[in-house]
Amino acid sequence: MAKKDQQKPGWKSIPEGGLIIEPGNADDYKTGGWRTYRPMIDQEICINCHICWIYCPDSSIISKDEEIKGYDYDHCKGCGICANECPVDAITMLEEGNLSEK
Amino acid sequence: MSNQVALTGNEAIANAMRQINPDVVAAYPITPQTEIVQIFSQFVADGEVDTDFVTVESEHSAMSASVGASASGARAMTATAANGLALMWEILYIAASTRLPIVMPVVNRALSGPINIHCDHSDSMGARDSGWIQLYAENAQEAYDNTIQAFKIGEHEDVKLPVMVNMDGFIISHAVENFNILADEDVQEFIGEYNPEHTLLDAENPITVGPIDLQDYYFEHKRQQSEAVKHAKKVVAEVAEEYNELTGRGFSYFEEYKLDDAEVGIVALGSTTGTAKAAVDNLRDEGIKAGLLKLRLYRPFPAEEITEALSNLKVLAVLDRAETFSDTGGPVFADIRSALYNADSEIEAVNYIYGLGGRDTQVDEIEAVYKDLQDILESGEVEERVQYLGVRE
Repeated sequence: MAKKDQQKPGWKSIPEGGLIIEPGNADDYKTGGWRTYRPMIDQEICINCHICWIYCPDSSIISKDEEIKGYDYDHCKGCGICANECPVDAITMLEEGNLSEK
Repeated sequence: MSNQVALTGNEAIANAMRQINPDVVAAYPITPQTEIVQIFSQFVADGEVDTDFVTVESEHSAMSASVGASASGARAMTATAANGLALMWEILYIAASTRLPIVMPVVNRALSGPINIHCDHSDSMGARDSGWIQLYAENAQEAYDNTIQAFKIGEHEDVKLPVMVNMDGFIISHAVENFNILADEDVQEFIGEYNPEHTLLDAENPITVGPIDLQDYYFEHKRQQSEAVKHAKKVVAEVAEEYNELTGRGFSYFEEYKLDDAEVGIVALGSTTGTAKAAVDNLRDEGIKAGLLKLRLYRPFPAEEITEALSNLKVLAVLDRAETFSDTGGPVFADIRSALYNADSEIEAVNYIYGLGGRDTQVDEIEAVYKDLQDILESGEVEERVQYLGVRE
């Protein structure tokens, strides 16, 4: 057994039958590591129309006080739908491998 | 209170279902279905039950609808036979692994091909590893009794597994038999209310049923299932005892017939055990120490209890109404031999495949098996380990 599997709970302490009894726990599953392209938003160009926020399949676009503030990179899978839908081309997709910082 | 009635096996089970009054019955109404759900649908139409009767487009859908109903907290039932059970295959495993206590009477009939609709156990024996508890019956009385007990076994908090109530096709399902039926209120009191801990309709405590379960958790859930099966053995015995207190009938794992001092014995399940009892009686009259172990519980397999009950035997034949095509005999034989090995037993065990596709098996044929066992006892030699009883050469 791989070490990372040993750290998880054993059969006696998990819900039976594969049930998920804790609602909304998809938040605990970090899918950001799947990303090969990272969306970057240019706040100067963004008109806060929220089309990206509506389209994002992973609810990973952060909106506060009716303004787009950026991304939840723990969950954004880098699908690029936001960049495709943005009416003012404020979003660009950058290759993760070329980014030096997180 | 109980009443004596004369009903077919199908009517017996349909009446057990009426008395259980399940929340949902989902069934596909064409052959290889049986009369069970047809009779039950009349109870629904007549308002004798509160059941939602879901007519689906296949047995695969019947079991899928049962899974959905059970996951939402309903007592769910369906019934099928033969190829209908085969079409449910995928969902049988999902029902068991999702830990849903669905109850399904199965009228045991041959799997095609060649096409055949008559009795053998190839349908349910194929499903023996699906995770369902399996009960078998000698007659309509036992099929009725097993149906009443099934929910109480499956719904137990230490079990949470589906239960397959098996009954021999035509021999039991279509023959009229005198037997005792409980009063409706006694059945309701016996099975009690079903209050599962987690259900889809509990909006205050939302759950997800059937999510993907990968390398990191699937194995743990399967381990839980193995544990539930261990518990099922204990619960089957407890429920049988409680039922016995209510009715004066029944036994937990198997019935021992003149086995105490027997030298030659047979292990079998289903209606043929009635025929075997007649053979035992005839041979006892001739002074042959013959005995029978009639299995009721086949999954989980009560291996230790069986070997303990067989321990005084010298030679044993296991009768299988199904072939595994493994070239090592039938399914019950494999389980019994494995159990004997664990018990360091020195009993010589042989296997007879019999009655495939509804081939009649008569008292003299069972007597001939006992005579073969006598020969093995005298000579100490087994010429053929696996034989075919009643097939033309």
